[in-house]
Amino acid sequence: MSVAHDVTEATFTEEVLNSKDTIMVDFWAEWCGPCRAVSPILDAIAAEHADKIKIVKLNVDDNPQLAIKYQITSIPAMKVFRNGEVVKTVIGAKPKPAIEADLAEFLA
Amino acid sequence: MRQIIIIGSGPAGYTAAIYASRANLAPLLIASSVEAGGELMKTTEVDNFPGFAQGIQGPELMMQMQAQAERFGTEIVLDDVVSLELEGQVKRVTLGNGDVHEALAVIFATGSAYRTLGLEDETRLSGHGVSWCATCDGFFFRQKTIAVVGGGDSAMEEATFLTRFADKVYVIHRKDSLRASKAMQDRAFADPKIEFLWNKTVEHIYGDELVTGVGLVDTVDGTETTLDLSGVFVAIGADPRTHLVHGQLDLNPDGTIAVAGRSSKTNLPGVFAAGDVIDPTYRQAVTAAGSGTVAALDAEHYLAALPKDLVAAATQPEPAATLA
Repeated sequence: MSVAHDVTEATFTEEVLNSKDTIMVDFWAEWCGPCRAVSPILDAIAAEHADKIKIVKLNVDDNPQLAIKYQITSIPAMKVFRNGEVVKTVIGAKPKPAIEADLAEFLA
Repeated sequence: MRQIIIIGSGPAGYTAAIYASRANLAPLLIASSVEAGGELMKTTEVDNFPGFAQGIQGPELMMQMQAQAERFGTEIVLDDVVSLELEGQVKRVTLGNGDVHEALAVIFATGSAYRTLGLEDETRLSGHGVSWCATCDGFFFRQKTIAVVGGGDSAMEEATFLTRFADKVYVIHRKDSLRASKAMQDRAFADPKIEFLWNKTVEHIYGDELVTGVGLVDTVDGTETTLDLSGVFVAIGADPRTHLVHGQLDLNPDGTIAVAGRSSKTNLPGVFAAGDVIDPTYRQAVTAAGSGTVAALDAEHYLAALPKDLVAAATQPEPAATLA
């Protein structure tokens, strides 16, 4: 299982929106096979770029209001937050180099 | 160097691995980084795989196949092949992480990739209402009106599955009859939430940030109509995934890899192909598994006929070389 820790509707404002760091939220669910496939790739990216980006997970089954608020219609969906705003959305399980390319501006 | 490398982790790849590992060939199986298990990972109940009288979940079936292959010594790598050198006696397989693996035989079982409608807005709205995976994304269309495009088994399966969430599911098909199996058709026809729109093609997908509707054209009289909906699930078939072997392996006019007769033998000695990547017709989990068996047996015979010192040199898997 992933090493990234979970955020919830109760903790989202403090841990994501009010954070001073660049935070990527991985919207996922237990029943989503591609989410499980991409999870270790996100862990690896977080580990290699710990000073640049933090990655947290949000279970859409347990936190449906946030899934609606951020207009999630497909998972895995990874949204990068800075100063409370979504600055990047990456959708779908992709190989590590493809996700790193999508996130290049935050990892540099 | 290995005796054999298998590329692909659907029913063909895993079944080839089960046979090859039981023949003590210690296969290396390249499963892909994010698509391990193949298309069945995106399905729910599989009711037509023999041996499971009550059906089995697609992902569970693939995990069982993987475990069965590993039980006999298959080594599985979760990475993607980025290039292949298949000519010559020693084949070279380069992975996304830079590792280079060598083997005397390769089984190519990469399956097929979903076809797209080819509309500009389809790419833009992909993940924003346009989807190729009902089991992944259906959850987000509770009480919504959505459409499935296509007329085959996978379109019927998606439409039926999506009625769990959606209030209304249109099936948009360009003909006036389905190519889906009778059982799947009957199930869809009987579902009160499913409505069929015959002889229609999708020409536009509308929406700024999220899908809001589609533009349809009638294939008989050319009438244009607009349909308001929140999601479009595309299920119009798949094409064999052969980009890694273009220029190396002979292809058929339909895009599948050409093999000799009922065998898995490609135009290159020591290179075998199995599963959907060679099959334009049946494309079932069971036929793919059977095809994987054929490839493993063909590869075994090929290896048995090679000089003994060459095979002996390939029996100790050494650490992979890494590209600098």
